[in-house]
Amino acid sequence: MRVTVTVNGERREADDVWEGESLLHVLRERLGLPGSKNACEQGECGSCTVLMDGLPVCACLVAAGQAQDREVRTVEGLAEGADRLAPVQEAFVEAGAVQCGFCTPGLLVAAHDLIRRAGRPSDVEIREALAGNLCRCTGYEKIMEAVRLAAARTASAELSTEDTP
Amino acid sequence: MDFLRPASWAEALAVKAERPDAVPIAGGTDVMVELNFDHRRPPALLDLTRVAELAEWSERDGRVRLGAGVPYARIIAELGDRLPGLATAARTVGSPQIRNRGTVGGNLGAASPAGDAHPVLLATDAVVEVASTRGVRTVPAAEFYRGVKRNALEPDELIAAVHLDVARGPQQFAKVGTRNAMVIAVCAFGLALHPDRRRVGTGIGSAAPTPVRAPAAEDFLSAELTDAGLWASRRPLPDAVRRRFGELVAEAASPIDDVRGSAAYRRHALAVLARRTLGWAWDEYREGGWSACA
Ligand SMILES: Cc1cc2nc3c(=O)[nH]c(=O)nc-3n(C[C@H](O)[C@H](O)[C@H](O)COP(=O)(O)OP(=O)(O)OC[C@H]3O[C@@H](n4cnc5c(N)ncnc54)[C@H](O)[C@@H]3O)c2cc1C
Ligand code: FES
Ligand code: FES
Repeated sequence: MRVTVTVNGERREADDVWEGESLLHVLRERLGLPGSKNACEQGECGSCTVLMDGLPVCACLVAAGQAQDREVRTVEGLAEGADRLAPVQEAFVEAGAVQCGFCTPGLLVAAHDLIRRAGRPSDVEIREALAGNLCRCTGYEKIMEAVRLAAARTASAELSTEDTP
Repeated sequence: MDFLRPASWAEALAVKAERPDAVPIAGGTDVMVELNFDHRRPPALLDLTRVAELAEWSERDGRVRLGAGVPYARIIAELGDRLPGLATAARTVGSPQIRNRGTVGGNLGAASPAGDAHPVLLATDAVVEVASTRGVRTVPAAEFYRGVKRNALEPDELIAAVHLDVARGPQQFAKVGTRNAMVIAVCAFGLALHPDRRRVGTGIGSAAPTPVRAPAAEDFLSAELTDAGLWASRRPLPDAVRRRFGELVAEAASPIDDVRGSAAYRRHALAVLARRTLGWAWDEYREGGWSACA
C-alpha cells in the first residue's frame, strides 16, 4: 500500500509498504531517515522515539498505515537549520551525554518534547519523562546534566526575547 | 494482509461484521510487538485510531463513559479526579511513549492477567460496552475475562467503551515489579471504597489465569466497617482487620511460579499490597472530603 505522511514538515510518500510494517521501518528503509534507531522493536528501549502529532511515541509500535496523514517529527527534524543544532542537541554534545550514540536520537526527541512542555523540569520530571529511553553506556548522569543545561538555556533565551521590545 | 481504515464507528462495526478475521489495532502497543516478532500474521488489521468516537469520554449522572480508544496519558491528565483508581493504574503503565498510545480498550482486548487496568475495573464494578452490527451489549468486567488472554468478545464485536461510576470514595492501585518504569506486574491489587453503598471492591492482577476479585475479602471488610460503625465514625482501622483483609485477598488468588516470581511470593506480596492500599485508602477517607453515605 501507499502511505503518505508529513515528516519534518515535508509531505512524503512511501510505496509498496507492507500492511503490517511499522512507521519505524518506513522512516528508516523507505524514506531515507535512519536517525530513529531500531533496537528492540517492542517498545522497551525508546531509541525509535519520534513525535507523532506532537506526542512522543515508539515508531516501532505505530503501524505504517496509522501514520497516514499524520505529522511526524524525527531527530533529523529537531534542528532549525542545516548548520545549527537544536539546544537539546548542543547540550548533549557539551555535557558529554553521548557515548556509543545508539540511544541518543530517541533521548533527544523525548528531552526536546519535555523541555517544550515543562520549561524548567525538576530532576524527578526529567527522570519520569525519560523513563522509556534506555542507555547502556552513560549511566544517565550526563544525560540528566544535558537536559538541565538545555532547559536552562531555553528558559533564559525565552526570557531575553520577552525582554526585547 | 489488508489494512482496513474505517472513518467512523458505524463503519468500523460494518467492517468487523464483514471481516471477523481482522485484528483490531488501537495504540498498537500489544499488536505491533506480535507483528514485529512474527508471532502473528493476521489476514487483516482493522485500524481504530481514525474513529473519533472511540477517543472521547463523557460524564452523565455520576457515571463516566470512557471510549475504548482514550490513551492512558489522557486518563491521567483529564480523569484523575473522577477516576482516581484507573488514573493511578494508568500512571504505572509502561513509559510515557507507551502511555501516549496504549488504551484501556487494548488492555481489555489483550485480556492479559497482568493488564494494569483490570484490577481497578473489577474493584469499581466497571461495565464493558461491546458492540456489533447486531447491537450493543454490556458485560460487567468480572464476566469479561474468560481465560488466559481470552475475553467475552464475539468475532464480529468491538469494544466501544467502559462505564465507571465517578469515584465516591478513595481508590487505590499498587503493583509489584522489579523497577519503577516498564514492568509487567509480578502481582497487582486494586481497591475501591464505596462509602455510599457501604461496600468495598477489590481486584487482583497477575496472580490467577484471569484478573479476579476477592469476594470473601470484600464481604469481610464491608461487614467490619459497617458493623463497627466505622463508615460514620471514621475511626482508625484495627490492625487485625487490615491483616485479615490481606490474608483473604491472598487466598482469592491462584498464582503460579514463573520467571517473574514464585506463587508463594505472589501470595505474600498480595497480602502486603492489600493491607497497604487499605491503609492508604482508609487514611484518605478519615481525612474527610468523601461523604459517609447516600
Ligand atoms: C514496553 C511496553 C510496556 C508495557 N507496559 C505495560 C504495563 O505496565 N501495564 C499494562 O497493563 N500493559 C503494558 N503493556 C501492554 C500494552 O501497552 C497494554 O495492554 C495496552 O493497554 C494495550 O493498548 P493498545 O491500545 O496499545 O492495544 P493494541 O495493541 O492496539 O490492541 C491490543 C489488543 O486489543 C484488541 N483491541 C484493541 N482495541 C479494541 C477494541 N476497541 N475492540 C476490540 N478489540 C480491541 C486488539 O485486537 C489486540 O488484540 C506494555 C507494552 C509495551 C510494549
Ligand atoms: S526500537 Fe522501538 S522502543 Fe526499542
Ligand atoms: S550512549 Fe550508548 S546506549 Fe546510550
